[in-house]
Amino acid sequence: MSGTATASVNRPPGSPGSPNGSGAAASASLPPELARAARRRRLVPYLLLLAGVAWLLVFFVAPMVYQASTSVQTGSLEAGFKVTWHFATYWDALHAYWPQFVRSLAYSAIATVLCLAIGYPLAYTIAFRAGRWRNVVMMLVIAPFFTSFLIRTLAWETILADQGPVVSFLNHVHVLDVTSWLGVTSGDRVMATPLAVVCGLTYNFLPFMVLPLYTSLERVDGRLHEAAGDLYATPFTTFRKVTFPLSLPGVVAGTLLTFIPASGDYINAELLGSTNQKMVGSVIQSQFLRVLDYPTAAALSFILMAVILAIVTVYIRRAGTEELV
Amino acid sequence: MRAVRWIRRNLVVIAGVLTLAYLIVPNLVVLAFSFNKPKGRYNYTWNHFSTDAWRHPCGVPGMCGSLGLSLRIAVYATIGATVLGTMTAFALARYRFRGRAATNMLIFLPMAMPEVVMGASLGTLFLNMRIQFGFWTILIAHIMFCLSFVVTAVKARVMSMDPRLEQAAQDLYASPAQTFLRVTLPLAAPGIAAGALLSFALSFDDYIITSFNAGNSVTFPMYVWGSAQRGTPVQVNVIGTAMFLLAVVLVLAGQLVAGRRRARA
Repeated sequence: MSGTATASVNRPPGSPGSPNGSGAAASASLPPELARAARRRRLVPYLLLLAGVAWLLVFFVAPMVYQASTSVQTGSLEAGFKVTWHFATYWDALHAYWPQFVRSLAYSAIATVLCLAIGYPLAYTIAFRAGRWRNVVMMLVIAPFFTSFLIRTLAWETILADQGPVVSFLNHVHVLDVTSWLGVTSGDRVMATPLAVVCGLTYNFLPFMVLPLYTSLERVDGRLHEAAGDLYATPFTTFRKVTFPLSLPGVVAGTLLTFIPASGDYINAELLGSTNQKMVGSVIQSQFLRVLDYPTAAALSFILMAVILAIVTVYIRRAGTEELV
Repeated sequence: MRAVRWIRRNLVVIAGVLTLAYLIVPNLVVLAFSFNKPKGRYNYTWNHFSTDAWRHPCGVPGMCGSLGLSLRIAVYATIGATVLGTMTAFALARYRFRGRAATNMLIFLPMAMPEVVMGASLGTLFLNMRIQFGFWTILIAHIMFCLSFVVTAVKARVMSMDPRLEQAAQDLYASPAQTFLRVTLPLAAPGIAAGALLSFALSFDDYIITSFNAGNSVTFPMYVWGSAQRGTPVQVNVIGTAMFLLAVVLVLAGQLVAGRRRARA
């Protein structure tokens, strides 16, 4: 998985390396049959793209546009919905569900920071310290992906169970008193508290942080560390001035890959939290599947999308990283 | 004193191992509780050891049916996304054309969109076009969100390939078809395989998007979700563990093959 990524040189297509990048300028001076072949060749990329792009346009872009229109419709399931430019739906939805919005963004931001804090040492260990264990550790990072996400989240219910060893221990050393005082747990429970939800989110999206971090750390030349040491940098200075800046593309990619899905997630909130930890995803789902209020569901997901795109744009601008795709 | 120095030198490794434990422990819990015989309906506390669930994996009604549906969808979605995604990736990696930047953006967006947004909007569209929810709507949705991941994996691989190998093949009088089948495709294969594997895992595991597009069909994640409210059967842990072990064996086999190939080269 990582081997392919490291070797990539990111050569711009059509530059001297690529065999089929002949442009219009070249074909002008060619004999007619070669010019025809060149013209046919220019069609090739469009033919290759046709199916994939059409699929995304029909099943990804069109629904988004359609959803924008649904969000300003009014009506009922029996009478049908009509576009009435009823923008009040947005206001009402925000007014009713702003706590879930704020909570979603806060929980996913905290989970992202935690993922970075605990994922970085793991990625660093795999890249520089694991030696011949590297592949085994990589496998252990990826393998949980293959056990259903829901089953693994349910396992946290066992781990954090009220009478379980973890909670008893935390209770015994009075950690829960501190966390209760901070307002992230209540009484002697961990389940059905913000702590449980953030813990689940951090757990579930950790591999999305570790993999990009590892990919960018793996590209860091080990000789740079030696050079920094030769120039009397302490290990910490070496990290701060050399390793960390070089791993920034991984930090940016990992942060986005963690924050975006976490902010829309509602599985952790539903399984590990109580009604006081509901995130905006649960609201969208219940509006859509149970209340059957499609305009509100559409407006909510449109707001969520807009907020996330805004955050992502600002973040990429500020962090200024290379092409993400 | 020496111990303190050792800890200081290996602080990063210790932190890394702890993080790894955090990642792995839930899997071990799933494994352990697949051998539990719960007292009531809830399989959250240890009662006593039993291999019942392993001997009768399909002993609960509805679960294996949902598993079959999930596997079938995952296979078709993987094939669809891999074919479409590989073609798109080749176009993006090998050609310069009008609309390339826009296409890149189009590929990136589904990965930058929360699942609930994609699921709800696609569901709304199907609903309004009065399309019957079920197998086909789930499959369409899965191909849609797997596509971008295949494109990214294959594109990275194709861009890192040495174009001189294909030129050499053509210099040696290979036809374009021969060059593609005997040089290009084998070189791109690891990227295609990575994309396909990722698609399979994503499709098989998806709950959020599927829940908006499934209608009355029940996939395995939907079964687990539904059962979580009234007590998950132990058999769910058996399936989870089996999948985990299968993945580990597959990855190990892949490593072995790759290692042997490297040794031969």
